[in-house]
Amino acid sequence: MNLGASQVAKSGSMPSSSSHGPAQQFPAGLRVLVVDDDPTCLMILEKMLRTCHYEATKCNRAEIALSLLRENRNGYDIVLSDVHMPDMDGFKLLEHIGLEMDLPVIMMSADDSKNVVMKGVTHGACDYLIKPVRLEALKNIWQHVVRKRKHVWKDIEQSGSVEDGKLQQQQPDDADYLSSANEGSWRNSKRKKDEEEDPEDRDDDTSSLKKPRVVWSVELHQQFVAAANQLGIDKAVPKKILELMNVPGLTRENVASHLQKYRLYLRRLSGQHQNALNGSFMGNPEATYGSISSFNDLELQAYAASGQLPAQNLAALQAAAFGRSATKSVVSPLDQRNLFSFETPKLRFGEGQQQHLSNSKQVNFLHGIPTNMEPKQLANFHQAANSFAINMPVGSHGSQGNSLMMQMAQPQSRSQIQNDINGSYVSRLPSSIGQPVVSNGTSRVLTRPVYNQVSQSSPVAGFSAQHSTDLSRNSFPLGGNSGISSLASKVIPREETTMQLKGSQGGSNYDVFSGQQQQHKSQDWSLQSSGLAFDTLQHANMRGNHDVSQSALVQQTFSSRDTIEQSRNSSVLPSVLLQQGFSSSGHSSSSSFGKGIFSGVEENGHRNMPNIGQQLNAYFTDTSPRVKAELLEGNFYNNILPDQYDQEDLMSALLKHQQEGIVTVENDFDFDGYPLDNLPV
Amino acid sequence: MERNQMHRRLANMKKSLLDQGFLDEQFLRLEELQDASNPNFVEEVVTLYYRDSARLILNIQQSLDNIPLDFAKLDGHIHQLKGSSSSIGDKKVKNECTKFHEHCHARNADRCMRTFQQLQKDYSILRNKLKTYFQLARQVGPIDMARRPK
Repeated sequence: MNLGASQVAKSGSMPSSSSHGPAQQFPAGLRVLVVDDDPTCLMILEKMLRTCHYEATKCNRAEIALSLLRENRNGYDIVLSDVHMPDMDGFKLLEHIGLEMDLPVIMMSADDSKNVVMKGVTHGACDYLIKPVRLEALKNIWQHVVRKRKHVWKDIEQSGSVEDGKLQQQQPDDADYLSSANEGSWRNSKRKKDEEEDPEDRDDDTSSLKKPRVVWSVELHQQFVAAANQLGIDKAVPKKILELMNVPGLTRENVASHLQKYRLYLRRLSGQHQNALNGSFMGNPEATYGSISSFNDLELQAYAASGQLPAQNLAALQAAAFGRSATKSVVSPLDQRNLFSFETPKLRFGEGQQQHLSNSKQVNFLHGIPTNMEPKQLANFHQAANSFAINMPVGSHGSQGNSLMMQMAQPQSRSQIQNDINGSYVSRLPSSIGQPVVSNGTSRVLTRPVYNQVSQSSPVAGFSAQHSTDLSRNSFPLGGNSGISSLASKVIPREETTMQLKGSQGGSNYDVFSGQQQQHKSQDWSLQSSGLAFDTLQHANMRGNHDVSQSALVQQTFSSRDTIEQSRNSSVLPSVLLQQGFSSSGHSSSSSFGKGIFSGVEENGHRNMPNIGQQLNAYFTDTSPRVKAELLEGNFYNNILPDQYDQEDLMSALLKHQQEGIVTVENDFDFDGYPLDNLPV
Repeated sequence: MERNQMHRRLANMKKSLLDQGFLDEQFLRLEELQDASNPNFVEEVVTLYYRDSARLILNIQQSLDNIPLDFAKLDGHIHQLKGSSSSIGDKKVKNECTKFHEHCHARNADRCMRTFQQLQKDYSILRNKLKTYFQLARQVGPIDMARRPK
């Protein structure tokens, strides 16, 4: 968390405007980061921005831009980025930024074709400018900053803060966005009571006006989700959540704005799932048909109290998961984190709408992707992914994920899952075929990461369709996702199964699946790849600060080479995870956690199913590169999956997958004693 | 007087470039951006453009020499060139980039090459003209470049 971080001294080139006191009226002094590989354009843009009295920082490489943003999270108000850049696709950068920093991003390009502009919209861009960019167009970009802030304000107000005074004084991160110069005009309009400007309070503690923008790391997000779930998503109010979270330096406003985003995210997820479900069904009749039904069963079982899943399937899955999980021990925290990170970006995005849009879009794509995964497996993955995804805020530590998982896993019984985090989320799932693991909320999260996987299997289609939609959605917008996707694309599961699992691993899974699916019609879960992915993730996770438990969770899910195991494990994990709770603080906890999970699996035969999905999701999300650039560094993925997929074509890849039919993840589940083949598709 | 004449010459040069379709309004907008703090802004940008685009043009040329053509790669280069040329108001090159893009899309190697040849011609013509233009502009004095002589 960067609560303690003081506002970045983005002194930039604008002189007095940044100083305290209303030297300049908003939007003067707006801190813009412009990223473009074309030096001519960059120079012109910088000049134009200066003419608008903005503080412009130019950057010719996306990586540099990202590191600038990361080093100085509160140092910029808005980002302008070109679409076509050599080192990183502009959309990926967009996702990263959205996930990690939640800043408004405007895309630019000489390409004005509708599909590219649409891509910008779906990825969450605030605006899309066609080159050559006019000065007039730049003059108005401040509106996006205000819009985002308003979002925060609204959130705070909606939360019904008790601390009126504080509320008035503490502007949400908005305060940090604008330079002090803006406070005069902008702030006054925003603040109801407190007319005082406190430009000098930048160094105050979090309760000051200038508190630094809160970064919703995976860990933090998990805590948030846990708290929210504890209260009941519908009843959760920022104040209580804040109290439950007990995070020093976090303010009610922070929580309020985050809560709003989260709600939007969940809403979006649930909506998408429905759409996805329908979409997938239409998309791949043959692929999905059989699977759908089976998937449905699985899903139902998983989610609904009714045990529609064939007992044998569940048992098989469980056994597989269970057996496997035992082998795995530590879930890399990173994985968990990734899971959350997937989710986080979504939640963080103030533009829930946008996110939703983009997510939904993505989801739809994935949706169609046929997966060979056994529906059940997919479902599990989905669930896992969903649950985890939700839990995993970007960058937050594993703890959050744990909490999420807890929530997800909690319902040992499927019904519980239904009650998931947002209460309503889970319930959604069961209702629809292949519903995402978590209802609205969770599904959203999970689906994202899981998307890859789920979408692939047609059986899961029902579920995956929804999930995939979400997944795709989630994955895409999320910065992490993008990262993952890219990674994922690289990682081509050696074997089909591998892909499946891999796909679920957070963002990477995403791509993985898509890529794999296309290739693997056969069901051939290669645990190896999964294992590889998993291991890598582990390492990655280790790097992160995620709770071990989280990683353990992920690990367990994937540790087993067997894909089936993974799926199974994943399912098991959630329940176990819940039990383990958020405790994980160190590696030790993770291992125990993992064990716990597995044991939980045993107990919950059916319950595990959903968990698997959840776990998978978690796993996937964890791997989402978003949060951890390192994770994405591709080492992991590269090793695991061949670089078949063009990162930029993730969507198309996914689409392709869909078309190819669901990859049968389940086909090669080699759960001990429970050959996948036996599982009904 | 001398100065006025130079001003007029400068203005005429610009007008003819605009009329002939070599330059578009973007160039004028760039000139509007120029101010005392940045008296040679337009010249700097144009210089940067020609430096950077030379590399792009070379890349395209090389790509065109590789048969069979990698249309995707070509399209990428051309897209970059389009962005650059449109930023400084190089109208002809920008339009040729658009055409080239369409030919790439249609995978028409022949048309691509022909369009590129035309592009190179127009690119060079404008470059030379602008060179002269800025030489004159420097003589006239940076501040007055975009304004009418007194």
